Amino acid sequence: MTYSPEIRERLERDAKEIIGRYPKTRSALLPLLHLVQSEDGYVSDDGQEFCAEMLGISKAEVTGVATFYTMYKRKPAGDYHVGVCINALCAVMGGDEIWEQLSEHVGVGHEETTGDGKVSLERLECNAACDFAPVMMVNWEFFDNQTPDSAKQLVDDLRAGKDVTPTRGPKKLCTFKEASRVLAGLPDDLAGEGPSAAGPSLEGLKVAKANGWKAPEA
Amino acid sequence: MTTTLTPVLTANWDRPDSYTLDAYGEYAAAKKALGMDPDAVIQAVKDSGLRGRGGAGFPTGMKWGFIPQGDGKPHYLVVNADESEPGTCKDIPLMMANPHALVEGIIITSYAIRASHAFIYVRGEVLHVIRRLHAAVREAYEKGYLGTDIFGSGFDLELVVHSGAGAYICGEETALLDSLEGFRGQPRLKPPFPAVAGLYASPTVVNNVESIASVPSIIANGADWFAGMGTEKSKGFGIFSLSGHVTRPGQYEAPLGITLRELLDMAGGIRAGHQIKFWTPGGSSTPIFTDEHLDVPLDFEGVGAKGSMLGTRALQIFDETTCVVRTVLRWTEFYAHESCGKCTPCREGTYWLKQVLKRLEKGQGTEDDLTTITDIADNILGRSFCALGDGATSPIHSSVKYFREEYLKHFEIGGCPFDPKKSTLWGEQ
Repeated sequence: MTYSPEIRERLERDAKEIIGRYPKTRSALLPLLHLVQSEDGYVSDDGQEFCAEMLGISKAEVTGVATFYTMYKRKPAGDYHVGVCINALCAVMGGDEIWEQLSEHVGVGHEETTGDGKVSLERLECNAACDFAPVMMVNWEFFDNQTPDSAKQLVDDLRAGKDVTPTRGPKKLCTFKEASRVLAGLPDDLAGEGPSAAGPSLEGLKVAKANGWKAPEA
Repeated sequence: MTTTLTPVLTANWDRPDSYTLDAYGEYAAAKKALGMDPDAVIQAVKDSGLRGRGGAGFPTGMKWGFIPQGDGKPHYLVVNADESEPGTCKDIPLMMANPHALVEGIIITSYAIRASHAFIYVRGEVLHVIRRLHAAVREAYEKGYLGTDIFGSGFDLELVVHSGAGAYICGEETALLDSLEGFRGQPRLKPPFPAVAGLYASPTVVNNVESIASVPSIIANGADWFAGMGTEKSKGFGIFSLSGHVTRPGQYEAPLGITLRELLDMAGGIRAGHQIKFWTPGGSSTPIFTDEHLDVPLDFEGVGAKGSMLGTRALQIFDETTCVVRTVLRWTEFYAHESCGKCTPCREGTYWLKQVLKRLEKGQGTEDDLTTITDIADNILGRSFCALGDGATSPIHSSVKYFREEYLKHFEIGGCPFDPKKSTLWGEQ
């Protein structure tokens, strides 16, 4: 299978815009692989061929890069790619229990997708939100301070097609493919949604304000 | 006198629109800097004493000064926004809430090192942060703060937000550069250092997000203002990230040299009914501390003198319900997962550490295994291609040093003496 002329034309247009931002074309490879995932939901064979053609490198070189990075999926991710942080701190704070219960509840394991193609699961390493442990990510949006029950509810809601709101993110969760487009460097217009900061991010500032503490005057 | 918090980078985070240019304000510091001689900007940052906030603590102004001038080559600034060190969670909320501090810092830094192209290499797994960065960059272009002839100074700058794709190793500056060039993210041999041959083999400064975001405040308020905070050799403020078994985990911006005891007082202490057992001063790659170290000044020298590193000020705090062997195993699994495979000590060493620790945690090990893991760690430390391997040995050496008895207990009783449920967020409810 190759891309239809319409899809190919659209992808080429996007790819050229991305490539144009870099002093050297090959720098666009990571963004282009995200672009491929925005079309196919994984780094498809066609997509790797497309990247190679656009950048004038061999397909083997593209594959060599794609297989190095965990965000590039070798088979289709679910519409909602659900990650549970199992790095030390989140694991201790409950991430291990969340993973065990969630994986059993959904019936798939690490880097596996449900039969309906809705949900895939991943055991995540640290996602830089440790003050919100235990942390989950769906399509790389933050779902903070999770429990086994909240995790199962979240996935049930996603599979039932209900709207789901990240803790710190836009009002409505976008799909894996939509998220991949933003990662390719083609942002949607959702930056203005969601809080500036929430919960633990503000604890220090609250203490400072309550005590009248400020940085010294210049 | 107790240390008090000094919100600078975090000061506007409670504004609902803090991430917009309207809320941030015009780029007055950038305007001021672009009216200065570039060398004077470098000198101001040198005088401020700012040291890299990404963990290593290298003097920022000195790094900029290494860029050869008048060499006829393009220069580049690359911001390391690949925040992935376990426990580290400061740059992500900073870019989410206050991306303009970073963009303004990039303009000033690029001007100082004579770069006309800059990149923010941000880890891919933080979608909303990436949106906020793109939006901030777009706003800055629209206002003429990026692009050509910025503030009528004749200085041009292009800024690209570049998303990574899931690889801790790309936080290592040369691996990051290879990744940004479109390759597998594997570290390069140094020298040559990036200041001489970095991105596209041209002189390149790679700085952490928080370092660059601190620059506008230094230019606006003066080097002395910044140097007036902190300690003799660790000047200024930094964001301290408290996580784990703390009553109010979160981001606390304070002068370097504050102690964990002071920070815990502000954060409501260890969660009710529990005591601190062990903690990391600056992420999982910094040797763990215990309750003996509550009064260690959290600056580069103070933490170093006690056998650890300040790192990224990622204070992961574990109480007495936590099994240290389990925790070290999980960190070790992380390093094994993230080892890029380029060098043998790290690739093989982390793999074998993981195998032996798994056995230890299940209570199926022997006392000889403790010798084995410390031997393996000795053979990784200092023999790896980059700091990832060294970092992997920190939890091993420090946990065996402080908690040898706990390792032994595992094989005495043939299993883990701890109930993992008690450590969870809901375990005590």
